[in-house]
Amino acid sequence: MVDHRLSEEHEALRQSVEAFARKEVAPVIGEYYERAEFPYPLVRGMANMGLFGLPVAEEQGGMGGDYFALCLALEELARVDSSVAITLEAGVSLGVMPISRFGNEQQKRQWLPRLASGEVLGAFGLTEPGGGSDAGATRTTAVLDGDEWVVNGSKSFITNSGTDITALVTVTAVTGEKPDGGKEISTILVPAGTPGFTVAPKYSKVGWNASDTHELSFDNCRVPAENLLGERGRGYAQFLSILTEGRVAIAALGVGLAQGCVDECLRYAGEREAFGHRIGGYQAIQFKLADMELRTHTARLAYYDAASRMLRGESYRKQAAAAKLASSNAAMDNARDATQIFGGYGFMNETPVGRFYRDAKILEIGEGTSEVQRMLIARELGLPSA
Amino acid sequence: MNIVVLVKQVPDTWSERKLSDADHTLDRASADAVLDEINERAVEEALLAKEAQGGEVTVVCMGPERANEAIRKALSMGADSAVHVSDEALHGSDAVQTARTLAAAIGTLESVDLVIAGNESTDGRAGAVPAMVAELLGWPQLTYARKLDTDGQSVSIERESDAGVATVEANLPALVSVTEKINEPRYPSFKGIMAAKKKPVSTLSVADVGLSADEVGLGSAPTQVVSSAPAPPKEAGVKVTDEGEGGVQIVEFLSGQKLV
Repeated sequence: MVDHRLSEEHEALRQSVEAFARKEVAPVIGEYYERAEFPYPLVRGMANMGLFGLPVAEEQGGMGGDYFALCLALEELARVDSSVAITLEAGVSLGVMPISRFGNEQQKRQWLPRLASGEVLGAFGLTEPGGGSDAGATRTTAVLDGDEWVVNGSKSFITNSGTDITALVTVTAVTGEKPDGGKEISTILVPAGTPGFTVAPKYSKVGWNASDTHELSFDNCRVPAENLLGERGRGYAQFLSILTEGRVAIAALGVGLAQGCVDECLRYAGEREAFGHRIGGYQAIQFKLADMELRTHTARLAYYDAASRMLRGESYRKQAAAAKLASSNAAMDNARDATQIFGGYGFMNETPVGRFYRDAKILEIGEGTSEVQRMLIARELGLPSA
Repeated sequence: MNIVVLVKQVPDTWSERKLSDADHTLDRASADAVLDEINERAVEEALLAKEAQGGEVTVVCMGPERANEAIRKALSMGADSAVHVSDEALHGSDAVQTARTLAAAIGTLESVDLVIAGNESTDGRAGAVPAMVAELLGWPQLTYARKLDTDGQSVSIERESDAGVATVEANLPALVSVTEKINEPRYPSFKGIMAAKKKPVSTLSVADVGLSADEVGLGSAPTQVVSSAPAPPKEAGVKVTDEGEGGVQIVEFLSGQKLV
């Protein structure tokens, strides 16, 4: 029978991260957010707890946990703040996992201990100015010149790519033409500070303001030939698998935001009075909260299911897309309702729900838009292609 | 050096806490139970000392079976082993009986150099148990430490009280109680959580630590709670409008409360 109770150690981890989010993140994150400043001390705190190495084997410098443990940590962080959660999500699912999954022994030895300990951050350069959902339309090129790759092109919206502790960016690039005339895409590790690799000033964003996001450009940027990650020409398949598991992580993050809205509104509805009664007694508020709880609950079940299939080694593409879609819908709808329940205070940056509202929208866009999730679900249903 | 940390499971300060109507003891079912925050700091200080000096950290806890969760938390932070005194007969024990039980439990361990405790629990708040345990062991007591240094031979603390800060020193073995200023406790990592599952926890009865059931528990407690009432709801404060006399009004208020 299906059992969604957490194991003792997953529950202990959840409690540990919950306490960290409540005691360390909540009191200070509002100020970082308003200053659009990267919260280095909080990242250090997460690193000290081993969160960046959660799904990495102990012999590679990780915690020996699994991807579901990462999801639980992300949910608890995002209950309080999404900037901190996405910094961990990108750090692990996009920074650590490509090397952990596809790196050779030398690359793993070189990068994983420092990435998994959170001492440094890795970023993943996939999206380009001219191609988001159409990620196969990569224009960045890498040409082998002697024993070096020469990388040219640019990447957009790259999380964790410009912090003081960013050590490398894993970029996808066209390295040739396949026999069928299609693009041969490969993945190449570009260490921070490599000549020709430029990080643009950080974007001014609608939400996720305390996270680090930049446009990157590569101008005759040379890295050693051995910086190729995995096999040449496997780049497309690699990032598809990284994005599929990343969808489950983002789903967990969205559930955290949706739950954070419920948490805040439950408290507020029990305190705030209007027309002589606490507003939690009015059906208008009760029905909103019931819907918010329902969305959170169903989205959580969806990501638990996708994660458990992933861990059992079963196909989970449809479940991952469904979880991501359900979760981003829940986050968006709950953020809108929470702001409404808070009234004018919900429009103020000083309340968490104001942040939740601004942070929710990107969940319908990042790591595959809601339209892409529907495409993926439709494809898994076996519908004919156009 | 061998360090013992005294830990207690308490109702979460974030949840509603109440006493049972029947015997005025804690209604454990009504609230989430957690490792007391002050004990997390005590564990952290023991781990820091261990990291500097080497040795072992043993957690000693008295409480019902459920207190095992608080013990696991301490072990997942990095403590090496635990002693859990768990016995129905302990129900309703007061501070003196608790101190006797804990001192007896410490007595079952070999060569303890240092005992670290929180200065007072967030539930009972008697703040007396650490001193009582030291007295029963016949060891020096260094209470209210905001800073602790040890070289394995002696221990030195900064003792902070309303009267000021004093540096106090004693030869080991000794007992130190710590305040919330002592450190910021670490959060358990997943590796620590996994490791904690394999660490030894010995569960002892009252008889196992050499006491008899009629020495402990509500029935023979030297102090008895005869009545209890819920804390009154917070009342609205006094609002003072500053019309040029604000400073005087504040001083008058404070002196009225005998605070200045």
